[in-house]
Amino acid sequence: MSRSEHPIVHLRGVSKVYGATHALSDVDFSCYGGEIHAILGENGAGKSTLMKLVSGVIQPTAGEIEIDGELTRLKGPSDAISRGLICMFQELSLVPDLSVRENLMLGAVGTGLGRLNADVVKRAQDILGQIDGEAIGLTTRVADLTLAERQQVEIAKALTRDPKLLILDEATSALNASVVEKVFRLIRAERDRGVGVLFISHRFHEIETLADRISIFRNGAHVETFDNGAYDYGAIISKMVGQRIDDLFPAKPKADPDADEVLRLEAFGWSDRLQDISIVLRKGQITGLGGLDGQGQGDVLQGLFGLLKGTTGRCLIGETEVSIRHPKQAKDPKLGIALVPEDRKTEGLILDQSIARNLELAALGTHGIDAADKTIYQPFLDALELKCDSLDQPVSQLSGGNQQKVALTKWLTLGPRCMLLADPTRGIDVKTKTQIYALLRRLADSGVAILLLSTDYEELIHLCDETHIFYQGRIVRHLTGKDVTAEAIIAASLNIPATTERSEAANA
Amino acid sequence: MSKVTQALPGVDALLPYGGAVLLVLGGSYFFPQILGLDYLAQQLQIAAFLGLLALGATLVILLGHIDLSVPWVLGGAAIVSTSLVGSGDPALAGMAIPAALLFGAVVGVINGAGVAILRIPSMVWTLAVNSMLLGVAVLNTGGFNPKGEASGTMIWLATGTVAGFPVAFVVWMAVTGVMALLLTRSGFGRYLSAIGYNEKATLLSGVSTPSVIFAAFAIAGLCSALGGVMLAGYANQAYQSMGDPFLLPTIAAVVIGGTSILGGRGSLIGTIGGVLFITLLTSILSVMQISDAWRNIIFGLIIIVMLLLQTLRRKDP
Amino acid sequence: MRNLFRSNQREAIAIAVLSVLLALYLATHPSGPNTYVMTIWANQCLILALAAIAQFFAVIVRGIDLSVGAVMALTNCVASYLVIGSGLEMGLGIVAVLAVGIACGLVNGALVVFGRLQPIVATLATASLFVGLALLLRPTPGGQIDYDLADAFTLDVLGIPTALIIAAAVVGLFWVPLRRTGLGLGLYAVGSSEQAAFQSGMPVPVIRLASFAMGGLFAGLAGLYFSFVTTTGDAGIGPNFTLNSIAAVVLGGVALRGGVGTLTGAMAGAFILKTIGSLMFFSGLPPLAQPFIEGLILAGAIAIGGAGVLRVKNRLEVFAQ
Repeated sequence: MSRSEHPIVHLRGVSKVYGATHALSDVDFSCYGGEIHAILGENGAGKSTLMKLVSGVIQPTAGEIEIDGELTRLKGPSDAISRGLICMFQELSLVPDLSVRENLMLGAVGTGLGRLNADVVKRAQDILGQIDGEAIGLTTRVADLTLAERQQVEIAKALTRDPKLLILDEATSALNASVVEKVFRLIRAERDRGVGVLFISHRFHEIETLADRISIFRNGAHVETFDNGAYDYGAIISKMVGQRIDDLFPAKPKADPDADEVLRLEAFGWSDRLQDISIVLRKGQITGLGGLDGQGQGDVLQGLFGLLKGTTGRCLIGETEVSIRHPKQAKDPKLGIALVPEDRKTEGLILDQSIARNLELAALGTHGIDAADKTIYQPFLDALELKCDSLDQPVSQLSGGNQQKVALTKWLTLGPRCMLLADPTRGIDVKTKTQIYALLRRLADSGVAILLLSTDYEELIHLCDETHIFYQGRIVRHLTGKDVTAEAIIAASLNIPATTERSEAANA
Repeated sequence: MSKVTQALPGVDALLPYGGAVLLVLGGSYFFPQILGLDYLAQQLQIAAFLGLLALGATLVILLGHIDLSVPWVLGGAAIVSTSLVGSGDPALAGMAIPAALLFGAVVGVINGAGVAILRIPSMVWTLAVNSMLLGVAVLNTGGFNPKGEASGTMIWLATGTVAGFPVAFVVWMAVTGVMALLLTRSGFGRYLSAIGYNEKATLLSGVSTPSVIFAAFAIAGLCSALGGVMLAGYANQAYQSMGDPFLLPTIAAVVIGGTSILGGRGSLIGTIGGVLFITLLTSILSVMQISDAWRNIIFGLIIIVMLLLQTLRRKDP
Repeated sequence: MRNLFRSNQREAIAIAVLSVLLALYLATHPSGPNTYVMTIWANQCLILALAAIAQFFAVIVRGIDLSVGAVMALTNCVASYLVIGSGLEMGLGIVAVLAVGIACGLVNGALVVFGRLQPIVATLATASLFVGLALLLRPTPGGQIDYDLADAFTLDVLGIPTALIIAAAVVGLFWVPLRRTGLGLGLYAVGSSEQAAFQSGMPVPVIRLASFAMGGLFAGLAGLYFSFVTTTGDAGIGPNFTLNSIAAVVLGGVALRGGVGTLTGAMAGAFILKTIGSLMFFSGLPPLAQPFIEGLILAGAIAIGGAGVLRVKNRLEVFAQ
């Protein structure tokens, strides 16, 4: 079956504003039945906001939504679901304390608050069987499933709801290639039945293989829609980013391998999660930590910041051996360690408090720093070009990029000797990225040792002076100089010899 | 936003003051004596007992926790102090007030340990601590009102006057002043509301969050104990369950004063307003000589209205 | 099966503890295990169990209800006027009593859902309101419940205490069917992750309201049953029941953060709490030590539950719970 004549969903002049942030501005967009329509854009481009609008989770600030040619106001997710607009969310919509079975029945079509219908469970089991999910126990609590298993359950749950439009928001991010292929087979089958599919993924090769049409979003605006294959990779990226990628990174000076040691980890270990980690951080160097998600890189940062109990091995700051037991001890000028944690919304910042309060929190009670003196923060805020009305504005009203600037400044003010950063550019627009990269390089030049955890291998290649790649709690490769290439990083991340380079490497 | 240290209190904190003024004006229409100095001075004296308890409770609630052990920390402190005075030994009698305060602080530390170290929800843990204290008291006194009496100092603290002001009120304000200094000068206030909003991010900012929790509960225990000592002075004795009627008004006073029960947002200024409002409301309802039943009903309704005024004023929760 | 046990672990422990306590109680009771002993025990347990169920419905949706005891007092006072007379009058009277309970629950629910008050402060205020209404009805204890009706509910049927039959009926005829509906599932979904429940298309405000209404219903049932046991109305019964109902749900494995626990667990918690009290009465411990031991057991049970935190090796993990 080919593409339907009229769009299932048609947005006209739709905008969505959160506080001072324009998540979507004046968007015209339509999606038809019988097509797989991919949405491409950077983090913060407005993709997820678009999905939430279409699935009734949020209402537009301005503009109109037509569903099946009829002007509609979606009152909520249940309204959208009853119209056949079924969404699989990136922030999972499964209830953690309920079993898989119960989650499948929750809100199933025709149930509401009445008697539960076990038929959907059978259908879902059938679907799970087609995507390698037959081993998932129906009585298992969702909280006890792995992320990949949860995504499989999400997919099964969405498909049992008889979608007319299926919305997949990073639905396969944790699944391995063979499962993804099986999921795609199911999605194509749905498309061939006349179902419309909206597909968001950051894996470009997935979009290339799956999509019929592609829409590009940038900074909350709909840039262009075209048939898959109309442009090549480079052209699409530049449409997404709106700027050439070479500008991103500052020039990298030649690393001095004999620079003073700031911090040395020797045979560092922690329960069964970290083994035999040895890292040397030198003055003026940016050291990268790479690998797939959750291979122990984050644990190293947490261990250095005094968050882990029962670590083994030696840790030297300069010449002295130390044992870091608490963040308060880590940030003391005697050690001078700072950590910018991974999740800025729940770990790095207190969203309900003002910028000024957030900036003060790390500095308060630190010797030789007057936290109440707002002028000490200004140089860093200026360097990062923080955009805000005043320092009394709540952090929650800032955009993701500006929030990260606050999270960085909070620690820079302490003048740390060693900065630990966990994926500081995740979900941040390109302009802010370049500002953060430039700042990190300047910090390094001024003598700070930087340990940068990154899931973006471009950062490891262009920003870091050397990189440690993690696999299952160990460092499997230490890359320096010319050896730091995309192929080497990816091969090491998968713990396979560097020569058997995989075709995915270029696209991952 | 945290208003602990802000020079100008927010509207939430001013609401109870406005309510208190309305109560006095409205009440004086029916009972002119309400505008008399004697009556108002008496209210300040009575408010001081609730006020001391509410100061401690404010710290704990700013943290995002709650202290349900107030009744028996208060009762226990009253029993400790009056028993020591009643022992007849001047040395022991001299220790009455310090011993009672020490008792309060120790219970506070126990509360803090359950919350900060064992991570038990404060609502359950402090409830359990309260029932253990009750048990100890019953075991010691045999279920009868404990023997003993208040010392001269205790009676003076509760009922004396200084330059026309009730000593109790002066003590309340002095403790408030010390606490305000502690909150603003040391960063303690910032830590409290930061933990109330987001404990994880506060720990990751290099704050020793367990110490802050311990300190807040210990200070709350001290405040409850001081309230107990002064109430014992007021009644010249300790009696069973003397703390029970204070638990819920304490929480109500803090919340009406604009402190969020979820933690983070709140102020001492607001709590004082909440205490004045609750004290005046209770007093005027009793001056009006209406039945217990209507007092409870009106009290409940007015609290609901005050709370709704707070939340509905904010557009987004 | 292992998974099934894990998800009901806390409740299973509660029921095991209860069995041991009950065996001890019957073994140590001076007059041995007989119907009379069982009936007295079961009646006391059932009152608290119904109150604990009322608390359960607040806690499961991530709330807390400080008005449970007040609703019991109010319905107890209403019953002391209405549950007497002809069969029809008594029938209508019981309906009215339960309707009052549901209405109280709906008031709480409306303040939380529409007034956006935190459950703890909303019910703190309504508790005062409900006690006031109870006092209006019964300024001093008094009134009368039909003796025959009261006997029918508080004695035994063929040697089995009626209270235990009622407890079984609540589970079998109310809870088990409720768990098989979208509403029953929705309670857990709202308490565990309101966002996930909303995105799955569940009507979150309706579920919250319904949960508070069911809480009111059970607080009303608790007040009614209390009336059968005491056959009189008393506005002052509230405070102890409120606090004990919280203790009971926690002992029964219901998590105060919402979304975890069962109605049967809450009942088991109440039975444990009451059985400990009865056990001590006959155990030869000095009667004055009882309140202390009760408090100690409550604190000990909770502290053991919390001790798992000490084994956590990453300081951030304690926040995830």
